[in-house]
Amino acid sequence: MSSEKEPLFSAKNLKLITTPLGAQNPITIQVLGICSALAVTVKLEPAIVLSISVMFVTVFSNLIISLLRNTIPARIRIIVQLVVVASLVIIVDQVLKAFAYEVSLQLSVFVGLIITNCIIMGRLEAFALGNKPWPSVLDGIGNGAGYGFILIVVAFFRELLGTGFLTLPGLGAIQIIPDVFYQWGYANNGFMILPPMALVVVGIIIWVQRSRNKDLIES
Amino acid sequence: MDRQGNTYTFLYASVMVIVVAAILAFLAQSLKPMQDKNAAVAKKMDILKSVQIESTAADAEEKYNKYIGENAYVLDINGEKKAGLEAFTVDLAKEVKKGDDERAYPIYECKLDNGQTKYIIPVRGKGLWGPIWGYVSLDDDKNTVFGATFGHKGETPGLGAEITTDMFQKPFTGKKLFDENGQFASIEVVKKGQSQGDLHKVDGISGGTITSVGVGTMLEDCLSGYEKFLKN
Repeated sequence: MSSEKEPLFSAKNLKLITTPLGAQNPITIQVLGICSALAVTVKLEPAIVLSISVMFVTVFSNLIISLLRNTIPARIRIIVQLVVVASLVIIVDQVLKAFAYEVSLQLSVFVGLIITNCIIMGRLEAFALGNKPWPSVLDGIGNGAGYGFILIVVAFFRELLGTGFLTLPGLGAIQIIPDVFYQWGYANNGFMILPPMALVVVGIIIWVQRSRNKDLIES
Repeated sequence: MDRQGNTYTFLYASVMVIVVAAILAFLAQSLKPMQDKNAAVAKKMDILKSVQIESTAADAEEKYNKYIGENAYVLDINGEKKAGLEAFTVDLAKEVKKGDDERAYPIYECKLDNGQTKYIIPVRGKGLWGPIWGYVSLDDDKNTVFGATFGHKGETPGLGAEITTDMFQKPFTGKKLFDENGQFASIEVVKKGQSQGDLHKVDGISGGTITSVGVGTMLEDCLSGYEKFLKN
């Protein structure tokens, strides 16, 4: 028996949550999960709901794979991971359809797309297969949050600059830019709601982050 | 047992697949009644919305029974009632694939609080990524559009998906299906700004052209089958 038990929220464990938000962000540093970041960031509401759904899947897939890690045959580990992730995504989809029908209609195809999100398999390979369940859960929370944070920031700017509105869950579309601005000659940038601008916005976030944190600059 | 051997690997994969299949099958079966109910309520809300009756998931059932209830029936191409079919359960996805003559044409009659009768016609067609559908309500002259509402499976948010917004749906009100000579003219969805003053055109969505045109094609395709009924 180990003599001392590590506290649940030790500094090392907390770091598992905080680093994916910043220095090890899955989108801006590891450049994973870019595909959905481009697809669902036109409006804020789907971005928020998708972030929550992805977080659910990262947490539970990390937990399940970590629990099974000593039994999984190495040769079929990717298949096992895929089965776990796909099952969780189907559960999310079915539960949303039964209990939050409106939300499931808005997300439509995007829930299914969680399966293809590289962050989830990336974390299973890189972390859950070699760590205990509790750190794996924290790692799932951290990476889900790091992904969701960028998604929400990108969606905020795209929707605001592209349409002048922000849609929030439960509140609907709220006009942010007042009509007076439009009378003064302000115009919505229609380009913002097209997919290429998601890439540009993510690029700007990466640029800002790297210029503030010199450690991230490759020599 | 050797954890990396073939026997273990095959056993592991088989057990995993069976367990996962059992869990998912159980979940899908136990949630199905709730999902079906949600879908039926959402359909009733859509139908009511096309006659500008706002409802929530909680009161949709009650309002549907009050305004429409049993006044829904299925027509054939000649405008005669088809016996043995219920309008609400007709699967339009299957019907639109059939030939014009064989299709079932469901229609809902709605009595509003002010005594007016509106006719509600369900429509279904193709958008850019998948199916689109909607409900068009007509005044009792069976020509003037009273309201329209549209839905979609997976159109692009911010572009094609805008067909679900009031901005797109409102302009349908007051448009006409038949021209001055009584010919079926349908309603076309055209480039933004080119519909002004035309009774058979509405503005499309910039950037959502394929979805917009899909709405126009859907209306033409589905409404034309009701021509005989509407002319009576």
